[in-house]
Order: sequence, then structure tokens, then C-alpha cells
Amino acid sequence: MVGKDCVAIASDLRLGTQALGISSNFQRVPVSHFSRVCPSLTICQVFPITDRLYVGLPGLGTDVTTLYERFRYRVNMYTIKEEREIHPETFTHMVSSTLYEHRFGPYFIEPVVAGLSKLPTGGLKPFIAAMDLIGCINFAKDFVVAGTASSKLYGVAEGLWEPDLEPEDLFETISQTLLNAVDRDAFSGWGAVVHVITKDRVISRTLKARMD
Amino acid sequence: METSFALTGKGYVIVAADTTAARSIVKMKDDQDKIKELGSHLLMAYSGEPGDTIQFAEYVERNIRLYQIRNLYPLRPSAAASWIRRSLAESLRSRNAYTVNLLIGGYDLADHKPTLYWIDYLGTVVEVPFAAHGYGSYFALSLLDRWAIALTRGRPRRHTDILLRYHNPEATLEEGLATLKRCINEVSKRLIVSPDRYKVKVVDKDGVREVEL
Repeated sequence: MVGKDCVAIASDLRLGTQALGISSNFQRVPVSHFSRVCPSLTICQVFPITDRLYVGLPGLGTDVTTLYERFRYRVNMYTIKEEREIHPETFTHMVSSTLYEHRFGPYFIEPVVAGLSKLPTGGLKPFIAAMDLIGCINFAKDFVVAGTASSKLYGVAEGLWEPDLEPEDLFETISQTLLNAVDRDAFSGWGAVVHVITKDRVISRTLKARMD
Repeated sequence: METSFALTGKGYVIVAADTTAARSIVKMKDDQDKIKELGSHLLMAYSGEPGDTIQFAEYVERNIRLYQIRNLYPLRPSAAASWIRRSLAESLRSRNAYTVNLLIGGYDLADHKPTLYWIDYLGTVVEVPFAAHGYGSYFALSLLDRWAIALTRGRPRRHTDILLRYHNPEATLEEGLATLKRCINEVSKRLIVSPDRYKVKVVDKDGVREVEL
């Protein structure tokens, strides 16, 4: 979700095989830019790419891990080669082309990207994008959703979101949107995590959610 | 039907798997060991398609051993789980994938922590406090979950009762084995095709060993 000079990205924490829940405790903490702990996965997991760029990978558990490892490798190679951090727009196209490389045997993931991109003037502009499983990008000005609860997320987000929200208001909006949507969806929930990216810090919070 | 459980406690991981080798409706064997000792502090319970399980388990076993011979130190549990996951994930998109589900229990000698990984045939890996595969998982997981529920709702009403009965990451080995017995009893009670014998192995700071229930 886009706010005023900030963006937010949120995800639930459930991993399950069909209706059977396997895990609900995912507190993966990134260590530093290069030596990140390899995360386990959930139906959707949000990963930091740079200090101002996050990606959420909802979909098939095995592909969440595979793709995260792939993106980590490609972003690290990019950072070393270019001697600068990757921009959200560039990263989105990297994700998109990675997915399209597997056009006829796709990874079952619908990524969501959120970050702050640098303007030539030196300022920062909120950036969000989502993709389908073969990499068709949807650039949005307001919000993007993905995963098993996407239809419910659209409904709540449509009702709650408004332009130019301050970080704390954006946090409340995205949290309420996510929690209320996953409570209507049998395959997601079991806790949630929210990251609000502002120009000088990232506010990361885990939310208590219904555990049924 | 095949069932395997694993749970962590204070400084140990218990891994249990049934010992039946069945083909169709016929029980061929009831003393098969389905838990491989991958190293001095690493256990792997495997289940799934009969041919695949042994083939894949031996492939993993030899490669983990090769790493230890080449580098003179073993893979840590997290690294081993990552490598095994990758093998399965690559196999998934091949012409004939391995249909193998795994539970990897290990004791990390570097940070002195017991770790347990749940891995399925798709290459999904997740670190968990307790895990199960097969039909038994439908009964065992909900039983073990009661501890987590007791924690989120504040102190359990009958503290000692729950402490002894359900999963507790701080439990002693005796308490952990008692919890495991509860899982096995629940499966025997409720599952039609329940296995009657299990092999139980423990890994802690002293290494892996088999225990009798």
C-alpha cells in the first residue's frame, strides 16, 4: 500500500498443505545486506532486498524458498557489478523476467514488491507493483494484493485505503485490511507481519491474529 | 500407513517413525528402520514412495558424508536441510521426481541448539518446534498444538498437567518421550490403519542414539 512518502507491505504467517496447517511461527530477522539468513517459508513471506525495498512471495512453499534464493543471488551480483543498490523498478523487472523465463512451466508465485525509489532530484517516491505467476507486472498507485485471500483483500482495501496516509495511519490501514481479509479465508492467517518503509526507517511489527 | 513424528525439547530432538514396510494391503516387514543417521548429530526420518525413499535417503547420506570427508567438519543442521531441500526442489521439476517426505532433526554444535526441519516432497522446508508426516500428522499436530494454545491464553489452568502432557520446548527428555507416547497412543486409538511399532531416536549434545519407549 502507498502512503505519503511511505509504503507498507504485509503478509500472513501460515504454512500449510491444503487445509492442514504446518507452521505459524516465522520471525525471520535479516542480518545484514549480504549475509542474510536463509529463511524458511510460508504461504507468503516478505523479504527485504535492500534497506528500502521488500518483496512478498505468496504461493507454493517450495518456490518461495527457491525464488528467494535466486533473487538474493541476482541482487547480490547486481550490487557487486554496479557498485550501487538496485532500484525498485529494476528489481521488479528482474523478478518479472525470472518468472517469464519459466513461461511454460512456471513457479507458482505471485510476487508483490514495495519500496521507495530514488528520484533524480534526490527525493524518494513510493513504489509498489505486483505480478502474476508468469511475470506480467501490475504497477499501481494505491495498493496491490496477491495470494489465496486476494479477492477478499481487494474488497477491504478498496473500502479502507485513502491517499496520502501518514506511516502510522498506513500501518493501521494495511493491518486491518490484511487481518479482516485473512479471517474470511481458510488458507491464510495464523499471525501476520507488517513493514512500513519510510525515508529514514522501516517499522516492522508482527500482529496477533486469530489462530483458527 | 506410514507415520513419522518429531519434537524438540530442552537440548534435544526426538524423531520417531513407524517400522512397517507395506506393499498394497500386505505388510511385508515390521522392523524397518526409516530413520537415517546422517552424521554424529543429525537424524533424518523418511517416508513416501517405497523405492524413492531408500534411493533418496542413501543419496543424501553419502553426500553429507562426502562433505564431512572433504572438509573435515560436518554440515550444520540448517545447511544440511538447505542442501536436501534443494535436491528435492530440483527433482520436483525433473521427469521423475522423488516422492519423499522428511523430518530432519539435528543438534547444532556451533550454537548449541536442537533444530528440527519439516520437509515435504515438493521441497518445502520449515523449521518447527514439532512436526509429523503421514496420516498420523492429522492427530499428532493438533495434540501438540494444545500447548501453544495454552501459552497464548496465558497460564494454563492445570499447569503441571499440561506441562507433562503436551509439547513444551523446555521439557526434559523424559517429558518429551511421554509427549511422544501420547501422540503414538492417539494415532493407535483413532487411525484405522495405524502402525503398531515405532523406532525412536534422539539427538542431543552427545550425539544420536536409539531409545526404547
